Amino acid sequence: MNQSLIQLKGIVKKFPGVLANDHVDLDINPGEIHAILGENGSGKSTLMSVLAGLYKPDAGKILLNGVEQKFRSPRDAIACGIGMVHQHFKLVEPFTVAENITLGEKGNSFFLANKELKAKINELGKKYGLEINLNAKVWQLSVGEKQRVEIVRMLYRGSKVLILDEPTAVLTPQEAGELFENLRRMASAGCAIVLITHKLNEVEAIADRVTVLRQGKLAGVLEHDQINAKEMVRLMVGRAVASKYERDSSPVGGVVLELDKVNAFNDMGLPCLRNMTLCVREGEILGLAGVSGNGQREMAEVIAGLRQVESGKVLLNNGNISNLSPRTIIDLGVAYVPEDRLGMGLVPELNALENLILKNYHQPEYSGRWLLKSQAVAHNAETLVKQYQVKISSLHQPIKVLSGGNLQKLLLAREISSSPKLMVVIYPARGLDIGATEAVHKLLLELKKQKTAILLISEDLDEIFKLADRVGVVFDGQLTGDFPVEQANLEEVGLLMTGSSLAKERMNDNEPAHL
Amino acid sequence: MNRLTFKLEKRLTPSPVMVFIIPLISVLLALLLGGIFLVLTGENPLTVYSLMLVDSLGSKYGLTETMVKAIPLMLTSLGVSLAFKMKLWNIGAEGQLYMGAMAATWLPLTFPTLPVYLMLPGMIILGMIAGGLWALLTAIPRAIWKVNEIITTLMLNYVAILWVDFLVYGPWRDPEGSNFPITASFAEAARLPGLGDSRVHTGLFFALALAVILAIVFKYSRWGYSINVIGSSERAARYAGMNIKRNILLVMFLSGAISGLAGMAEVSGIIGKLQHGISPGYGYTAIIVAWLSKLNPLAILIVSVLFGALQVGGYAVQVEGVPAAVATMLQGAILFFVLGGEVLTNYRLKLVSQKGEELSK
Repeated sequence: MNQSLIQLKGIVKKFPGVLANDHVDLDINPGEIHAILGENGSGKSTLMSVLAGLYKPDAGKILLNGVEQKFRSPRDAIACGIGMVHQHFKLVEPFTVAENITLGEKGNSFFLANKELKAKINELGKKYGLEINLNAKVWQLSVGEKQRVEIVRMLYRGSKVLILDEPTAVLTPQEAGELFENLRRMASAGCAIVLITHKLNEVEAIADRVTVLRQGKLAGVLEHDQINAKEMVRLMVGRAVASKYERDSSPVGGVVLELDKVNAFNDMGLPCLRNMTLCVREGEILGLAGVSGNGQREMAEVIAGLRQVESGKVLLNNGNISNLSPRTIIDLGVAYVPEDRLGMGLVPELNALENLILKNYHQPEYSGRWLLKSQAVAHNAETLVKQYQVKISSLHQPIKVLSGGNLQKLLLAREISSSPKLMVVIYPARGLDIGATEAVHKLLLELKKQKTAILLISEDLDEIFKLADRVGVVFDGQLTGDFPVEQANLEEVGLLMTGSSLAKERMNDNEPAHL
Repeated sequence: MNRLTFKLEKRLTPSPVMVFIIPLISVLLALLLGGIFLVLTGENPLTVYSLMLVDSLGSKYGLTETMVKAIPLMLTSLGVSLAFKMKLWNIGAEGQLYMGAMAATWLPLTFPTLPVYLMLPGMIILGMIAGGLWALLTAIPRAIWKVNEIITTLMLNYVAILWVDFLVYGPWRDPEGSNFPITASFAEAARLPGLGDSRVHTGLFFALALAVILAIVFKYSRWGYSINVIGSSERAARYAGMNIKRNILLVMFLSGAISGLAGMAEVSGIIGKLQHGISPGYGYTAIIVAWLSKLNPLAILIVSVLFGALQVGGYAVQVEGVPAAVATMLQGAILFFVLGGEVLTNYRLKLVSQKGEELSK
């Protein structure tokens, strides 16, 4: 085997409160497609950002052809032939493709893209089979084409190593197929391709080698002939499920929330829920596992009345709440802890007093016909902050200065104190440390005791297995699995989350596979 | 090679000292910049500035004129501040003022003999409705299709001004006005009473009352709370079940209505007729006033008086051969420095080496 093109040795990267990379090693060979696999938060993107010069590692070395390199900025990395295509494209929409490709290059003439440059770009495009119209404006392009522009831009800058951060997340299946063909061509032309992903089927389809990360650590490296879904899942999710919380085993009640063949579109107008059908009962936690971007956020929004239901029904205690106004749904007893704590669930510029009455400020408890009852508002905030142990120096300070854990406590305090019939929570512990995570989990279990139906949407299987009474799996806008927690099996759920065909066979599932 | 560079670091909370010092320094810097220009044109800045000060605030006449200019500034600033509070950028106070003046004029022109108790309230209501509807024209596309209100409100200013011109040069021109672009003078019943024998009119009380009402609305009211939430985060507001579209329409209408009232007060309190060029750009200066006042209604009252004085001072030095534009220049310079200085209330400057190590604060 040739000497590795790039070696990362013992990379450590810390963020406040998080150890994102813990002594991670990585070898990349020329001409290979190397997948970096792991769940969200496993440190894939951080590792690649270190390689691309965006982050400075706290420890560890980057070797290029055996020579140690220190990257102070992405420019340094690009100069060494390492280019990254981010999930969110960094293109100037009103400019042409050619202008975008040459933008930021030193030694450009006044006119951004002259004939010579265009010829050079065309040549590159031909070499790798990446055809693009250089004179089109970027805003006119489809997402797949924009991505191609980003790739060509990196090649134009002389990238020999191309890092793609979840490139298929924004693509249609056809576009993804095309992308893979192009990547294969580029690899055979000698480029090294690094693919960040959490989709097993992609790894199976295209990778020559895969490095699996789990919770910031290297979980394993699989050579081409070792790549199989079962092994990857084992490395990705591990086996150890931490001890369960004390569970309230009282029987669940009647159905509170029912989705009946709900269809809805995402922000880009593509179908994101396809005949989604599920139910949650009184005093039950349904843990919905799934890789984010499979319709979870949209489902929560549909339930909360924030997204149009195209067809199908959303029933709350047997009453149809599809497409009712958000306020009506709130008043019917639906609480929602969204993914964006700051910006949706809470208003960053406002203080705790104001944030804690966000949903019920109009109730007679807190306001008269015209004026707010400032004493009741203050009393409410004092009580909740104390009861939910939110660490906050002043109730009058904008809440954006609070830590993630305290924000989440504040948000949960408001939502739980409304005594909801149904609680929808998305990724409730994302980004929180162990202590805050535990506090949040205990609050949810407490709420379950009070007979609230809870829909817990999460990517963290540990969290789901610890809290849920029933485990559901969502993939591509459909419920692809639904088990009582005692019968659920971590590997099987992991496979279903990735839409793996292996799981489908095992499940004897007749649903058509997407992608 | 370690190059030293400055880096802006965001402060967690705005520095309280800076909040007071920045406007002060900004005004001084603006005076300094204006002074340089004055020196370049061969004037002594100290003479010019002291003349401006004395003429605008140093005599009863000057003070009266300052208040006369301050009233429409107060009203239009209060108007735009309401919209700004919700991050609706209503740049159209000028046009809303013109439409308010126009609608208020229609009543005495059409029914010159109405008694005062019908005439004045009628003019107030008409002026406010016209200003409000003019703003609503931009609020509807904004609420439904997210059409940028900055552009639509700005463009409608020109339409409103030209519409008033059309009326005073055409159908509404006073046949006995020796061809001047003015309407017939209003009957006494259509004139807002003055304070004592001065030109300061009772429109001042509209401004004072509105400032108090808005201060209460912003701080203590249920509606003010929802405006605040919508302005801070539209997504959070939607999540909380607030009706964003309805509030866009309502806030924009009321914002325009207040500027419409300013127009009514101008024609009824000062001029006594409608004419070409009734506002020297109050609606635009209002944007600066509202911004400098940080949308605080009571601060708007004070800043309006200062800007009124600036304008009066500008007119006064014209007599000495200094262009009145010096006032406009100072206004612009003050805003420029305040906006620049605002960066320092929210960020702190740090000296760092290229390697990223911090050297000093």
